[in-house]
Amino acid sequence: MLTLSDATVTFSAPGGPLVRAVDGVTLAIPAGQFVVVVGTNGSGKSTLLGAIAGTVALDGGRIELAGHDITRWSEHRRAALVGRVFQDPRAGTAGSLTVLENIAVAARRGLPAGLGWATSRALREEAAERLGRIVPGLEGRLDQPIGSLSGGQRQIVTLVMATWRRPELLLLDEHTAALDPAAADRVIQATAEIVRARSLTALMVTHSLAQAASLGDRLLLVHRGRIALDLTGPAKRRLTPDTIADRFDRLRRADQLDDAAARTLAATYR
Amino acid sequence: MITLLSTWTFGLALGFVALGVYVSYKLFSFPDITTDGSFTLGAVVTAVLLSAGVDPALATLGGMGAGALAGSTTGLLHAVLGVEPLLAGILVTTALASVNLVVLGRSNVPLTGLTTLFDRAAAGLGPAIAASGCNSATADEAARMLFALACVATACGLLYLFFRTTLGTAMRAGGDTRSMARALGRDTGTLTIAGLAIANSATALAGGLVAQYQRFADVQMGIGMVVWGMASVFLGAALAGPARLGGALLAAAAGSVAFRLLVATALRAGLDPDWLKAATAIVVLGALVGPRLLARARPAPAVR
Repeated sequence: MLTLSDATVTFSAPGGPLVRAVDGVTLAIPAGQFVVVVGTNGSGKSTLLGAIAGTVALDGGRIELAGHDITRWSEHRRAALVGRVFQDPRAGTAGSLTVLENIAVAARRGLPAGLGWATSRALREEAAERLGRIVPGLEGRLDQPIGSLSGGQRQIVTLVMATWRRPELLLLDEHTAALDPAAADRVIQATAEIVRARSLTALMVTHSLAQAASLGDRLLLVHRGRIALDLTGPAKRRLTPDTIADRFDRLRRADQLDDAAARTLAATYR
Repeated sequence: MITLLSTWTFGLALGFVALGVYVSYKLFSFPDITTDGSFTLGAVVTAVLLSAGVDPALATLGGMGAGALAGSTTGLLHAVLGVEPLLAGILVTTALASVNLVVLGRSNVPLTGLTTLFDRAAAGLGPAIAASGCNSATADEAARMLFALACVATACGLLYLFFRTTLGTAMRAGGDTRSMARALGRDTGTLTIAGLAIANSATALAGGLVAQYQRFADVQMGIGMVVWGMASVFLGAALAGPARLGGALLAAAAGSVAFRLLVATALRAGLDPDWLKAATAIVVLGALVGPRLLARARPAPAVR
């Protein structure tokens, strides 16, 4: 269970106006729910994800996860509860380490690091089994630097790493945006499988309206730092890429109306 | 023969600088100027302890400890206070210039008449080597070289083993990709501080060994050491080719010996010693930009 209460993040560009990237968001995500987040560019969806992951500090409000108030927890401390996959496969893996060494680091997520051996025969066998099940052939590449894998394979390994130990929350930050369409499809398939098989609580930001329509149990549309649309159940299942695009259009038109109204008001009271 | 052995010994002792730079620069992508200061610090602390009658092994360890302290200070400036890597190293090295002068009491101290680790090696191994037929001076020098070789080999082995533990692997992961290590629960700031402590204790050990080998410590002796370390790492990598952790550590230490031999040859061929540091800097510059220039000269590969 993830709860955000009146979460606020404010940015100020030097000399520019204050921008509320996340504007008093209150949200409850029950355990086991797969939530898809869409939004316009600059809507604040990535900042929202960063606030949950701990890369962006809140200016106000609270975040609770699995019974812990994690509002003041550092990014690495939150990692004990949160698994993450980044947009860039290079950001979620250490390119010069082997596939197995990367998995070894992931296998200790949330556990202290000490002077025991990082890799073991048991870990190797489990890695071969878990990777080979998703991408046949990958089990034979455990000793190669992870940088030698293709972007799609690397992202699937990142996904396996993020969920190696069961996370209370899986954060996926546009994790297929940097991949070619075929690789993106494979990663999405693997994502859906892993989330379903292990009944994970997941929050996935995406640019793809097709993914937003077909995946998950719930859709959040973020606009100007707020949740403009929150659909679950039958309403979520009825969504198509077109109906989501239509919602975006309506929000944009409303913005234009707001801007026009603001200009008119400003002209009137000058 | 003695000159050649001495070149090897020197190169091996400086191999610890190469190991330190490998850890800071290659594993942590941290260009650590502290290297210059901690080399001198290791020499100075070891020399002062030796002069005070401390056992040479303990004096050498004391120098290493001081180096670890210097490295963690640089790490702290960077990881906790947000000072850029280069600036953090410059600040600590500048401060160390004063520290070194105060610790040593004057700008240089000879270590004549004191028993060093190399004397112990010569006393222990020299007679056995002399028994094989060479004269005792050569045998003693060979013993010193073998001692340095054993030290460097042991260090390579220990570093290799350490960097394969869960802690060491997390350090390598954090040095390679910070976002990955943090997302997997590692405090990359602490890892950087620990990594720089290890790197600079190796560098300080080099300083301590060199001071004992040449029988004096000088507050200027660390100048240019970070560039020396880089030259050794690059040369080692060029000679060994692509290598994993263990091979790369050995290559760095071997690179130091190779570079020392290269320098000795150049000096013998008539290179003015005054130009030595400039020549080293040029070698490092070449290793840094050479591959890039070559790549630019080559036609770009077709994009798939």
